[in-house]
Amino acid sequence: MNKQQVTELYFMDARSKLIELAATLDRLDRADGEADFRWRCLMDCLPILQDHAPEKTARILERMSDPTPSPIAAAGEKGACGVWPGYRGKTS
Amino acid sequence: MHYIEPHAHMVSRTTDDYERLHLAGCRVVCEPAFWAGFDRSSADGFHDYFEQITRFEPKRASTYGIAHYAWICLNPKEAEDLSLAREVLSMIPAFLERPTVLGIGEIGLNKNSNNELAVFHEHLTLATRHQQLVLVHTPHLEDKRKGTQLILDAIREHPDLAPERVLIDHVEEHTVRLALDRGHWAGITLYPTSKCSVARAIDLLDVYGHERLWLNSACDWGVSDPLAVPQAMREMRRRGRTEKDISTITWHNPARFLSQSPRFHLPE
Ligand SMILES: [Zn+2]
Repeated sequence: MNKQQVTELYFMDARSKLIELAATLDRLDRADGEADFRWRCLMDCLPILQDHAPEKTARILERMSDPTPSPIAAAGEKGACGVWPGYRGKTS
Repeated sequence: MHYIEPHAHMVSRTTDDYERLHLAGCRVVCEPAFWAGFDRSSADGFHDYFEQITRFEPKRASTYGIAHYAWICLNPKEAEDLSLAREVLSMIPAFLERPTVLGIGEIGLNKNSNNELAVFHEHLTLATRHQQLVLVHTPHLEDKRKGTQLILDAIREHPDLAPERVLIDHVEEHTVRLALDRGHWAGITLYPTSKCSVARAIDLLDVYGHERLWLNSACDWGVSDPLAVPQAMREMRRRGRTEKDISTITWHNPARFLSQSPRFHLPE
């Protein structure tokens, strides 16, 4: 596909997703209480969208991932929450 | 065009889904053993489930013109209780003899714990001993990157297991290269919110080619779409991919990997 074809197929979808993200952040601003740590990670990913390096998707997924190398002692919860819980204590 | 759905949890789906799959061109489904959404209380619960996916589902699928195959294992979400896990593992060899069983799967990791890893190794030993194909589930979301690395390193400790007989499933942009570089096959799972969208899946095919990749819906009891593979086929057409490309990914590639099991036969 050339850039024009990518635009025809995916621009409107990307526009819609960007506006949804903005609306979600507005909603979060209006809400009471502390923001969950995962939002900070999400905001930390946004500059990746604007840099000129490749593999933005992989780099965003990496940013949200558990970077530690060793297995954990025991599985407590079965689910995953979308961002490595250790990001809580991490400085951006 | 006919296609193979190489990863679907049909026990969670209705008979209407079989009908819709057939109408969309699906002629083969493969069902890995997985978590039911709650922990089974005994090995008997697993036994009944293995019966269901090796006897009942093939019959139900055949009513709709679909060949059904299964993979047998104890899934990683239930691997924390080692004594139960070992009891279930001891039942597996008998099920490997069933005519529609393709191998050991979907084994792997969920939260990347020590016990999950121990049970994963025991499954790999079983696969080696019984010369079985292996289907590997990689963890969700933030646990996937680390889990994939632990899985690949664990597999390396079983040198008798040929890399091309192992498929690493649910790869995404940050894990696909790791799996392919070790000589394994990789599965791309099409999910509405987690894992890969249809568009991202085809991006991965654009970047990594067609050599050792397949697409699946992994439809189960959660948010998932049994018709995700035909959706991806339509998207490939929208992007100008040829019919040959589409059938390579959705028919010939799964057939190539699965045909390494003597039990797998393409429908006439
Ligand atoms: Zn699955």
